[in-house]
Amino acid sequence: MEESKVINKYKLVIVGGSAGSLNALMQILPSLNALNAFALVIVLHRRSTDDMTLEELVKIKTITPVKLVEDKVKLEPGFIYVAPANYHLLFEADDRLALDISEKVNYSRPSIDVSFESAAQVYGSQLVGILLSGSNADGTEGLKYIQKLGGTIIVQDPKSADMPFMPNNAIANMTPDRILDIEGILDYITNINT
Amino acid sequence: MIEDIELETLINDIYEYYGFDFGSYSRASLKRRVNRLYQLDGFTNFYEFLSKVRYDSDYYKRMIDEITVNVTEMFRDPHFYKIVRTEILPLLATKPFIRLWHAGCSTGEEVYSMAILLKEANLLHKSLIYATDINSKVLETAKKGIFPLRMMKEYSENYRESGGQEDFSSYYIANYGIAKFDDELASKMVFSQHNLVSDNSFNEFDFILCRNVLIYFDNDLQKRVINLFDESLATLGFLALGTKETIKYSISTTKYKQLEKEKVWRKVR
Repeated sequence: MEESKVINKYKLVIVGGSAGSLNALMQILPSLNALNAFALVIVLHRRSTDDMTLEELVKIKTITPVKLVEDKVKLEPGFIYVAPANYHLLFEADDRLALDISEKVNYSRPSIDVSFESAAQVYGSQLVGILLSGSNADGTEGLKYIQKLGGTIIVQDPKSADMPFMPNNAIANMTPDRILDIEGILDYITNINT
Repeated sequence: MIEDIELETLINDIYEYYGFDFGSYSRASLKRRVNRLYQLDGFTNFYEFLSKVRYDSDYYKRMIDEITVNVTEMFRDPHFYKIVRTEILPLLATKPFIRLWHAGCSTGEEVYSMAILLKEANLLHKSLIYATDINSKVLETAKKGIFPLRMMKEYSENYRESGGQEDFSSYYIANYGIAKFDDELASKMVFSQHNLVSDNSFNEFDFILCRNVLIYFDNDLQKRVINLFDESLATLGFLALGTKETIKYSISTTKYKQLEKEKVWRKVR
């Protein structure tokens, strides 16, 4: 007889943000416990000339292990991955990450739309997309696509965002599953797959 | 958006009708490029798109131009060029003749960057840069050495960050929105079409650059290409990849010594 297995609903949580989102992330990360059987991917717009990479910043803010993103690195549950500057971040069907230096999308590389759409194609209903603060429209199309393919979408409450344009734009174009402030997002991520 | 199965059909048909093998390309990126073209050209039916590719060879050429990624810049990743300037060129300088291969050179911005470094190291006269790409159209641009003038501010900053001390504008003549680079730089370049998927080694080199090309390939093809570079690299020669690429899944790393933290490997045996 086969034993019944616990099927975890979500395999991947992908977080996108632009201006003001680093601030939100820096509040979420220190309180984050071990990721319950899912991987967390962070895609933020940042000037590529900043001295400290986003990866390094994330590393010092959390006890959750951060895996260096290199071409075709395997996505494993329990780890955080940060999209490198100047590349689009994509997802392969065999749970590997792929990089792409093609044209900027929404004036951005990495583009949140590009990563959200690629993640949705691979993970479908096993995906949570979270959109944080920002002052451009990147992310909205990606969220719509995640929703279309059965994933769950969360938008930061514009009232709690340093730059409300990005979450407002998303909310104006779709109905997210949840609209949460920073504490609410932290709480949500903590309870995924429980 | 096209489905995974449709992408596989397209890959098979391209191979069958034109002999070009996308089978070992990274699917995530290829799918995105094909979707972009599909939407750009206003297709709504996949089979319409497929038969256009099959029977209209001009459209097939357009498709190849559009789905191969041709984004590049001069002195991309200035830090890399600083390492070339300070650590690699001084070691190559002792050779009587320096052969370089820039694989996947696109429109040539990085080839001209390298020629500038060679010139400043007083090595250009005894160097030859073979610059290849799969796409013949971009090679035509590369040969001309003409780039948009509006990019020069950014390139000049990159140049300076890479340790450049000269007046960057002395390398080109500005005219009607274009910057035409000095013919002396191009005199040491040889451009030709080369397909990393199917073509073989064609010379022995002291320095091979292939930056941000392997990211579009799956691991099997990456192995093939790294081995092709290995066959083409002289002992004590250098191989440089993009900042997020690695040889470690493709070849025994005992043959190669990595320059600390850089995506540059020296063939030590």
